[in-house]
Amino acid sequence: MEAYINLFIQAAFVENLALSFFLGMCTFLAISKKVDTAIGLGFAVIVVQVITVPVNYLIFNFLLQDGALAWAGLGEVDLSFLGLVSYIGVIAALVQILEMALDRYFPKLYNALGIFLPLITVNCAILGGTLFMVERQYDFGESVVFGLGSGFGWAIALVGLAGIREKLRYSDVPDGLQGLGITFIIVGLMSLGFMGFSGIQL
Amino acid sequence: MTDGSRKILLDPLVDNNPVTLQVLGICSALAVTTSLLPALLMCIALISVATLSNGTISSIRRHIPNNIRIIVQMTIIASFVILVDQILRAYAFETSKQLSVFVGLIITNCIVLGRAEAFAMKNNVRMSLLDGFGNGLGYSLILIIVATCRELFGAGTLLGYSVLPLKSDGGWYEANGLMLLPPSAFFIIGLLIWAVRTWKPKQVEKPEYQIHEVHRTEVL
Repeated sequence: MEAYINLFIQAAFVENLALSFFLGMCTFLAISKKVDTAIGLGFAVIVVQVITVPVNYLIFNFLLQDGALAWAGLGEVDLSFLGLVSYIGVIAALVQILEMALDRYFPKLYNALGIFLPLITVNCAILGGTLFMVERQYDFGESVVFGLGSGFGWAIALVGLAGIREKLRYSDVPDGLQGLGITFIIVGLMSLGFMGFSGIQL
Repeated sequence: MTDGSRKILLDPLVDNNPVTLQVLGICSALAVTTSLLPALLMCIALISVATLSNGTISSIRRHIPNNIRIIVQMTIIASFVILVDQILRAYAFETSKQLSVFVGLIITNCIVLGRAEAFAMKNNVRMSLLDGFGNGLGYSLILIIVATCRELFGAGTLLGYSVLPLKSDGGWYEANGLMLLPPSAFFIIGLLIWAVRTWKPKQVEKPEYQIHEVHRTEVL
């Protein structure tokens, strides 16, 4: 149990996908103007991340990995070079299924998340989470916790940035820094703040 | 080279840079800029993927059904990324280990998909090849500037050769450890954007909210 909590904190704060690996930056900068929309997108990312990382874990371990097809009598087949296409396909399909399921059973939630779901397919944080899971060889439990933690960390960073940018509207920023420039500087400062979490271990 | 194609090739360098103006493709980029060599390799990978996928998508643009075009584009891009990834693993194994997941993340790099969607779907093959190459160059320019700053001031080296002799090796330069940490990449890009926009005031964004139009001299 302790290992899982440790992994969660590691994924959410110390190795925050947005602030220390620069993942999902495009969406991160584009959807951080209002706190409300940021919260909506943050939730959508957490949900998708918690589902896709374990599903891709299963696909990698039971279909693609070297020798993974032994159960089908194809012990010597190594399909790991197909990884990237499979992961992005899984992510796109899952997002689509999630969208349809939400529309059918939770229309309220669907309306709240609606516009953000399709955007998530091209969010590097999602694909990045899967690729890190493969590279670091997590087991199934760890991949669930890692998905939850990394999604949570990304959402927290997004909502934090949105909060700061809402306040920033009233400040007098130099012309050249207006908009994108000052946002980068803020993200840099936030990233410095998150570095303070490094070294925390339970 | 005609004026039109020169414009397509050179516009993305400063005037319409994908990173500083269109906010595309920063995602997978900054993490590889702690030193120059992996950044260069990443640039080559991205330029080839952007050029090839733009060309391929443009050549079959009339045969792609409109409602599944994103999936088709994704599949084409993913195939080229796998190709590049395999080549890197075969010929530059050490550096490709350093790039770790970031070569794979070219798939979700918004520059590649963005140019495919916005340009290659509407223009002929030659123009699309040039456009992909030009946008790849614009991205590379930013990446190389950031990587040079970070390696030079963070470790005193360039491509592994010592340029500023470090104090720990008997030189005079005290290495700036912050440069090797993630925040510095954000700062450098922020300042770079400031510099570009001071040079080209047309790119300045309008403030969303102005309390009261005050001229600075009035206050003084």
